[in-house]
Amino acid sequence: MLLIHCPHCREAREEEEYSYRGEAHIVRPLAPESLSDEEWGDYLFFRSNPKGIHHEMWYHAVGCRRYFNVTRDTLTYEILESYLIGQQPAVTGATS
Amino acid sequence: MKKYSAFSLLKNALSYHENWQKVWRNPTPKSDYDVIVVGGGGHGLATAYYLAKVHGLTNIAVIEKGYLGGGNTARNTTIIRSNYLWDEAAQLYELSLKLWEGLSQELNYNVMFSQRGVLNLGHTLQDMRDIERRVNANRLNGIDGEVVSPQRVKEIAPLINISADSRYPILGASFQPRGGTARHDAVAWGYARGADALGVDLIQQTEVTGIRRQDGAVVGVETTKGFIGARKVACVTAGNSSVVAAMAGLRLPVESRPLQALVSEPVKPCLDTVVMSNAVHGYISQSDKGDLVIGAGVDSYNGYGQRGSFHIVEHTVQAICELFPAFSRVRMNRQWGGIVDTCPDACPIISKTSVDGLYFNCGWGTGGFKATPGSGYVFADTVANDRPHPLAAAFTLDRFNSGALIDEHGAAGVAH
Ligand SMILES: Cc1cc2nc3c(=O)[nH]c(=O)nc-3n(C[C@H](O)[C@H](O)[C@H](O)COP(=O)(O)OP(=O)(O)OC[C@H]3O[C@@H](n4cnc5c(N)ncnc54)[C@H](O)[C@@H]3O)c2cc1C
Ligand SMILES: [Zn+2]
Repeated sequence: MLLIHCPHCREAREEEEYSYRGEAHIVRPLAPESLSDEEWGDYLFFRSNPKGIHHEMWYHAVGCRRYFNVTRDTLTYEILESYLIGQQPAVTGATS
Repeated sequence: MKKYSAFSLLKNALSYHENWQKVWRNPTPKSDYDVIVVGGGGHGLATAYYLAKVHGLTNIAVIEKGYLGGGNTARNTTIIRSNYLWDEAAQLYELSLKLWEGLSQELNYNVMFSQRGVLNLGHTLQDMRDIERRVNANRLNGIDGEVVSPQRVKEIAPLINISADSRYPILGASFQPRGGTARHDAVAWGYARGADALGVDLIQQTEVTGIRRQDGAVVGVETTKGFIGARKVACVTAGNSSVVAAMAGLRLPVESRPLQALVSEPVKPCLDTVVMSNAVHGYISQSDKGDLVIGAGVDSYNGYGQRGSFHIVEHTVQAICELFPAFSRVRMNRQWGGIVDTCPDACPIISKTSVDGLYFNCGWGTGGFKATPGSGYVFADTVANDRPHPLAAAFTLDRFNSGALIDEHGAAGVAH
């Protein structure tokens, strides 16, 4: 069970209040029709899926119902920070 | 390799079973190989076995960072079935099921394949429509299956609760009589023994840490025991596939997630089939030792920690107690997690890559154990001939660019 800090509610709540929304900082292409199949497929499906530091989106489904980002270690499951959408993470790391 | 038989059992009994031949060698790696298989799980070992057996390649090594079959092969709940919806998937899993049916003889190793049947329960009208559609699709593909009533479910699994008062009443099920279970370790060991006998080097406790390339082609792998050259490198690393792909600068459409299971204390025989339910999210069978083997759902987040969150297990146990009220008194013995490589369409990737001589077989997610023989068979063919085996052609990486996904979330769902 993860304890996740919501930067909107400013509270650490149990994982069951949230839903996971995948890798963060994937920018939606502004002109999808100008992309090649490879670029579009890459945007939709391909992920870095690192073992180690991962930036990911969570949704506070039964709380404030807002999105935010989390930096989490996918090997130890340690949560290193929560930050707002649009902000950059303070913790980054070479992925192992 | 000495053949196992009733006679060899008798003969070895005379020397108190102290003189059995070692099941495989423990070789030091050579400086180079024709093919290196990365990952000594069931799929990797099957790949090496068929490369040697069917394609006559014997200058092969399997490189495993831990011990053989110690990954998801050792952690899964061993459910085997082939009742997938779409033609491409159904044919791939059915090839596997056919291979299972002769596997103990083929390997001269008892994999304890038990065709005890698999029930997939329906709890809503929509569930039942999907089940009917899937069973019809299966039959068109020559795969056994029938739609059964709640009464028939009760005949097959007498302890189940089919009362209309339960929270999610059982409205029926699909039943695949040829499905069942097998002994997970035995499958890995059987393929390992067979591959070793054909000259394959099984190299354990050696981690691949890099994939060396030259002019767009693979030339070998860096390992914790130094560089080993290879003309072809076939990666079969399940939950670690993205990590291995990154060694060659590639990304995969795969996310690694924890998947959990638990077993009870051993009890007297009480369940001689497999019962799965997507709707209430749990499945159960009874092992030969008597423990109830319970599979949970996959955790929602990416993880490599080989453990998941407790609430997932809690929901599963609730579902099992709902289906089998009698099991509410059974005590649970052990619980664990494995890291599964989930794909957006719940189907595997069996593919060449943009690097010449580098191949991936991954993305089996929550349900690849059943596919072990077939996966190895078609992947060996793909690697040996540098083109997809006809049954693997739909499962290349290209489908994520062309959009030709094979959506098996309905048949794969929670059902492993
Ligand atoms: C709890 C649970 C229940 C499951 N239940 C079922 C089920 O009922 N039915 C079903 O069909 N499937 C089930 N599965 C899925 C199934 O276990 C997997 O799809 C399947 O085992 C994958 O096969 P594998 O042999 O390739 O994987 P693994 O056995 O995981 O083999 C991969 C190997 O690669 C090695 N490796 C990784 N990285 C490296 C490296 N860098 N260098 C060297 N070696 C490396 C690992 O150590 C590992 O031994 C379940 C999985 C889990 C976790
Ligand atoms: Zn909140």
